[in-house]
Amino acid sequence: MELLDHLAIGLQAAFTLNNLLYCFVGVTLGTLVGVLPGLGPVATIAMLLPITYGLTPSAALIMLSGIYYGAQYGGSTTAILVNLPGESSSVVTCLDGHAMARKGRAGAALAIAAIGSFVAGSLAILLLAAAATPLAEAALKFGPAEYFSLMLLGLVAAIVLAQGDVLKAIAMTLLGLLLGLVGTDVNSGVERFTFGIPELSDGISFVVISMGIFGIAEIIANLERDHGGKAQVARVGSLMPSRDDYRRSWKPILRGTGLGSLLGILPGGGAMLGSFASYMIEKRLAREPERFGQGAIEGVAGPESANNAGAQTSFIPMLVLGLPSNAVMALMAGAMMIHGIVPGPQVIDERPELFWGLIVSMWLGNLLLLVLNLPLVGIWVRLLAVPYRLLYPSILLFCCIGVYSVNNSLFDVLLTVAFGLLGYLFIKLRCEPAPLLLGYLLGPLMEENLRRAMLLSRGDPTVFFTRPLSLTLLIVTALVVLLMCSPRLRATRQVAFSED
Amino acid sequence: MRTRLIPDARELLAGLLFLGFGLAGLLIGRDYASGTAMRMGAGYFPWLVSLALCVLGAVLLVRGLASSRERVALGELFQARPGLSIGGSVVAFALLLPSLGLALSTLLMTLLSGLARRRAHLGELTVLGCVLGLFSVAVFAWGLGLNLPAWPV
Repeated sequence: MELLDHLAIGLQAAFTLNNLLYCFVGVTLGTLVGVLPGLGPVATIAMLLPITYGLTPSAALIMLSGIYYGAQYGGSTTAILVNLPGESSSVVTCLDGHAMARKGRAGAALAIAAIGSFVAGSLAILLLAAAATPLAEAALKFGPAEYFSLMLLGLVAAIVLAQGDVLKAIAMTLLGLLLGLVGTDVNSGVERFTFGIPELSDGISFVVISMGIFGIAEIIANLERDHGGKAQVARVGSLMPSRDDYRRSWKPILRGTGLGSLLGILPGGGAMLGSFASYMIEKRLAREPERFGQGAIEGVAGPESANNAGAQTSFIPMLVLGLPSNAVMALMAGAMMIHGIVPGPQVIDERPELFWGLIVSMWLGNLLLLVLNLPLVGIWVRLLAVPYRLLYPSILLFCCIGVYSVNNSLFDVLLTVAFGLLGYLFIKLRCEPAPLLLGYLLGPLMEENLRRAMLLSRGDPTVFFTRPLSLTLLIVTALVVLLMCSPRLRATRQVAFSED
Repeated sequence: MRTRLIPDARELLAGLLFLGFGLAGLLIGRDYASGTAMRMGAGYFPWLVSLALCVLGAVLLVRGLASSRERVALGELFQARPGLSIGGSVVAFALLLPSLGLALSTLLMTLLSGLARRRAHLGELTVLGCVLGLFSVAVFAWGLGLNLPAWPV
């Protein structure tokens, strides 16, 4: 079977000592930032991006992806024990997970969360492995018109799924597109929006934007809310779930896996959406919905499985189509480009050891996380005692050094401050920053494909409608826009995002 | 009883911000060749995006003016202290690094960033700054071999 051959290539690549080591480093770091509130995977990956220059591309991607899915495991620990989401996707886990902790059943909640995450992660990785080859084959038939339509679909979907106001999300995407155009135009050699500054002629570095908007802006916003108090950590208790826990959990775990996998693939989706959707569905399906919020194990099992499944499947559009669907994937795509690999359908054929190695390492990482999170939970709990006032100067230092080391440029560090303050403004004005990053990444690609498509069609804009694949993608885009306008969905959207 | 309906400052500011970026894009990009639809010049796509941004900014502004949500005072919305202290500390770090070296500028950045909190503990910050300074010299300058001066020159 073809799939087995591929997995064999992956096994070979993932089991080299170097890659195993970075897989371990990645998931450990991921658990760490997942546990610590106020430090998420996006900021961490942005900080570590420059450090990965010295690694092989495989090791870099394996480590960075470990941080993302590792954070999904770590986030639940803080949610259950402290009633704070260590990571945005474990917001709903607080509800029932912490209620269980108050009843002295924190250990059972932690165990079910970890087991659910593991099952979900494993199944989602299988889906990723099975879907990759056929999807990439289809994607290789894409011309510039199809790529433009696909990116349009991606941007529109990211806008629909972004939190908060739709108009602001569109504006943020456009601003991102504009920022992406800064630098020398590849076709004509004209310098655009550079203000004559030589450092800008290569464009604004991706690390500068992400570190400013996700790193520094978050620190400023966190300090505003900082109370300086120490977190109240619940006791862990026995880690063994009862038979009743297992009986109640296995269906929510499977449903959460399916839901999370599906929502993870969507642009703008990723881990968070799945956990919200899963919680709402479990509550609706439950025979006694009033148990929810009082410590129902289903309310932990479903969302925790969904967020990990979503974290895994959100790699599909990035790895297979070259389209990053959320901020973390945007950073991953950036990491690939730094190593000279253009994300897209050709990666599977050209770098099979990289692609399949990454996939196999994800499963290994999930296995490591199970060990890291269950027996070693006590160590992570101690970390919660580190106060933020000691943490943030360290984060700041890593941000500065990280940005500097990309181009050995202090100008970049100053530019990061500017983006940090801009990002703080966005937080205050309730503008979600993820669409901006997506627009920034897709901007140059969209312009390039638009120009090529128009050149090939001799200036005839109907090319986007006459090529069947492109037309299909545009129809889907139109459907998404229509859905966005329907009053019922708007109401659900508001409910879904207002529960935090 | 009539209540006074005052627009939400956040909506207005967001509208102004996007409108400003859009106008700046149009203004700066006005000299770039636009070309034809078949052979697009350097200015075609930026013009399209800037124009759309202007329109959205204007829509947000109008919606903000027309909305009747509760008043959010600008003064209460922003706190100057964290932004100034964090931004200032990184600017100082970047500007002083070439002459002060990594160890001292890290210490300085830690102290300045500590001012972001109202009850800054100077002793604790100094210790943290020294630890971070030595750590960054050991790891970044020596360990990773980054092109940075470690000590004052």
